Amino acid sequence: MENCSFEKVVGLNLEATELRLGLPGCADEHDQKHSSSCSYSSSSSSSSSLSGVVRTNKRSSPEESIDGGHEEEPKSSKKAMISQNSSNHDDDDQDKNVPPSKAQVVVGWPPIRSYRKNNGIQQQKKKGEEVIDGVGMYVKVSMAGAPYLRKIDLKVYNSYQELLMALENMFKCTFGEYSEREGYNGSEFSPTYEDKDGDWMLVGDVPWNMFISSCKRLRIVKGSEAKGLGCL
Amino acid sequence: MTHSGSSLPDLPNSTSTSGPMSEIRSPPPDRVLEIVLENVLHFLTCRRDRNAASLVCRSWYRAEALTRSDLFIGNCYAVSPHRATSRFRRVKSLTVKGKPRFADFDLLPLNWGANFSPWGSALADSYPWLEKLHLKRMSLTDDDLDLIARSFPSFKELVLVCCEGFGIAGIASIAANCRLLRVLDLVESVVEVADEDEEVMDWISCFPEGETHLESLMFECVDCPVNFEALEGLVARSPFLKKLRLNRFVSIPQLYRLMHRAPQLTHIGTGSFCASDDVAVGDQEPDYASAFAACKSLVCLSGFRDILPDYLPAIYPACANLTSLNLSYADVNADQLKPVILQCHKLQTLWVLDSICDEGLQAVAATCKDLRELRVFPVNTREEVEGPVSEVGLEVISQGCRKLQSILFFCQRMTNAAVIAMSKNCPDLVVFRLCIIGRYRPDPETQEPMDDGFGAIVMNCKKLTRLAVSGLLTDQAFRYIGMYGKLVRTLSVAFAGDSDQGLKYVLEGCPNLQKLEIRDSPFGDAALRSGLHHFYNMRFLWMSSCKLTRQACQEIARTLPHLALEVIDSQEDKADDHIEILYMYRSLDRPRNDAPKCVTILQ
Repeated sequence: MENCSFEKVVGLNLEATELRLGLPGCADEHDQKHSSSCSYSSSSSSSSSLSGVVRTNKRSSPEESIDGGHEEEPKSSKKAMISQNSSNHDDDDQDKNVPPSKAQVVVGWPPIRSYRKNNGIQQQKKKGEEVIDGVGMYVKVSMAGAPYLRKIDLKVYNSYQELLMALENMFKCTFGEYSEREGYNGSEFSPTYEDKDGDWMLVGDVPWNMFISSCKRLRIVKGSEAKGLGCL
Repeated sequence: MTHSGSSLPDLPNSTSTSGPMSEIRSPPPDRVLEIVLENVLHFLTCRRDRNAASLVCRSWYRAEALTRSDLFIGNCYAVSPHRATSRFRRVKSLTVKGKPRFADFDLLPLNWGANFSPWGSALADSYPWLEKLHLKRMSLTDDDLDLIARSFPSFKELVLVCCEGFGIAGIASIAANCRLLRVLDLVESVVEVADEDEEVMDWISCFPEGETHLESLMFECVDCPVNFEALEGLVARSPFLKKLRLNRFVSIPQLYRLMHRAPQLTHIGTGSFCASDDVAVGDQEPDYASAFAACKSLVCLSGFRDILPDYLPAIYPACANLTSLNLSYADVNADQLKPVILQCHKLQTLWVLDSICDEGLQAVAATCKDLRELRVFPVNTREEVEGPVSEVGLEVISQGCRKLQSILFFCQRMTNAAVIAMSKNCPDLVVFRLCIIGRYRPDPETQEPMDDGFGAIVMNCKKLTRLAVSGLLTDQAFRYIGMYGKLVRTLSVAFAGDSDQGLKYVLEGCPNLQKLEIRDSPFGDAALRSGLHHFYNMRFLWMSSCKLTRQACQEIARTLPHLALEVIDSQEDKADDHIEILYMYRSLDRPRNDAPKCVTILQ
């Protein structure tokens, strides 16, 4: 969904009132892009190219704010903003963006001693435990009726219960009781996912570890849609 | 007068009976005052007080130089070893710091310097009575360690922090030759260990037989297997051992045995805290909690590498007495941490990973009313939108831990409101280091820069001496720092500021500034010039990826002859005129001659 058209539909036209640090004229080209992922200075440890042009990556005012408590986008873009890193994107065309693991590697940032990094958690994975990415396992999460995608790191969760609670919080919805036969009963929404084979499955059908290694994206669907899924 | 019990050479005294002195009953009048002075100065231990005393007049300078036994060299290149040993003749304990702190983050080329060897030879010549050596960010070889081991018969303490260049052979030499050794602390240092197919030297077995004087043994960073039998034997014959920090090759069952051998331990760094390969499934595992219960003097716990959270309850018996807990290498979540935290009522120092979450920080705030130092490190170091800790956690900590003095907090999001709250709730803050991992990130609630938050910190925390800033910051933040940060000695800046004015505010406004490290900020030549009046008062200035030109640095080098300006550039041809790194420090001696090619020292 384009930022521009949404704004105009709602009549906000935020660009006119927006303040930015930037040369006049560079805004237009920028806004027309779908994925406004101007990465700020993506060269690693190069001398600062901070010449005052800070590009923005704003979303339009989220009337249907997905998660009020965690809203990091502005309600109205009053102040100049900074370009956020690509993992933050909620547009559909995310494939255009540099994937998070390859995005901006800035030497020495954040300032953690190499000793700590080298002895840190990632290095300590025991044998047999699947380290999927080494740096996190982000999947997109969409919800029927919501205009924006979110992304979550599956590695952060240890069980379905944790994952579902997080999703419920993020999207302000509830999933009912899960049962193998009937899926999520007693709720308006059900969590589903697309697996490696491209099939859409109900979350919870397979053991957690199998889910983690096969889940490509998540989608929260309305109860009725879930009935037809591959739990047969 | 002889200092009783010391092995130092005597001062000329009135009781000598040899030669012409035997006829003199009392010292000459001019010496009386000096002797009195020396005895009085003996009581001055703080080096700043001693520095002040040495400036009074020549005889005070001499007396102070003769009585300073604890010498601190904050920058190994500020003064040559020869100059140091010529002035201070009776040093028993020496601390030397080498590389600038940003070297820890891979910003300094390897082989930059900070070699210990010149110091080693000077010390061996001048201070045969040396007892303690404390090195930080120095580069020392096995030969250097061997020299230390063999040159000082009274040697008691070796502490190496963030050092590198040496291996097991050097450590073995220390173990074997320093018969009076009390402290061997190897902390966060890079120790060369043998390749997998080579045999690892068994340095533990190099300690002499018989009772040792060991009080502290820390080898967490020596990353190779140890001979456990020898270690157990060593611990068993070290009745004074109070601090023991093991490496990850020591398992829980082995720790259990060591703890039963040494129930007097006060500081323990566990090794691996997970299921041991030695214990087969079904074996009866020892009651690890009993070991922690048996060590009744335990006040400090750390380690917890490779942790299996199931074993964490073993430490419960120790929690009530703990004043220091370092779980920053333990990947455990909030639910697993809370039962531990809720028992640690006496905790003063806590280091954790952000897997503790805001919820866990709430437990800390509720329980650890005596907390002085908190460090929260990130598990995930990528720039994300959300993270497990946030302004919520910072704010609850500020409300619950009013005695907080030092905080290091990594997070993905932070609000001005929370920082302001901390500035008001924690007036005792001396160290405030906030790292918002996402660069240039504004306050997510207001979209404002983080200027006001840091402004409140410098304004309200009247004891603040160390500050690290982050997030979206304009020159205004620096204006606040210059205005209110009158006691600030160390300032770390990254990806901040708008213009030269920012740095000017700081250089003109902070009279106590000694260490300034800046990276990736738009400060240029004009800003640098504004500090000319102050640079001799500073230990160092680091500026990397800013907007400095070589010409400006050259100019400054000419204007201030006792300043060493090291320009470090890795590329020959560059698009613009800006240098990559400037590392500048005051120095009484000629520029060093051990710099690698990429370093140019301007004079």
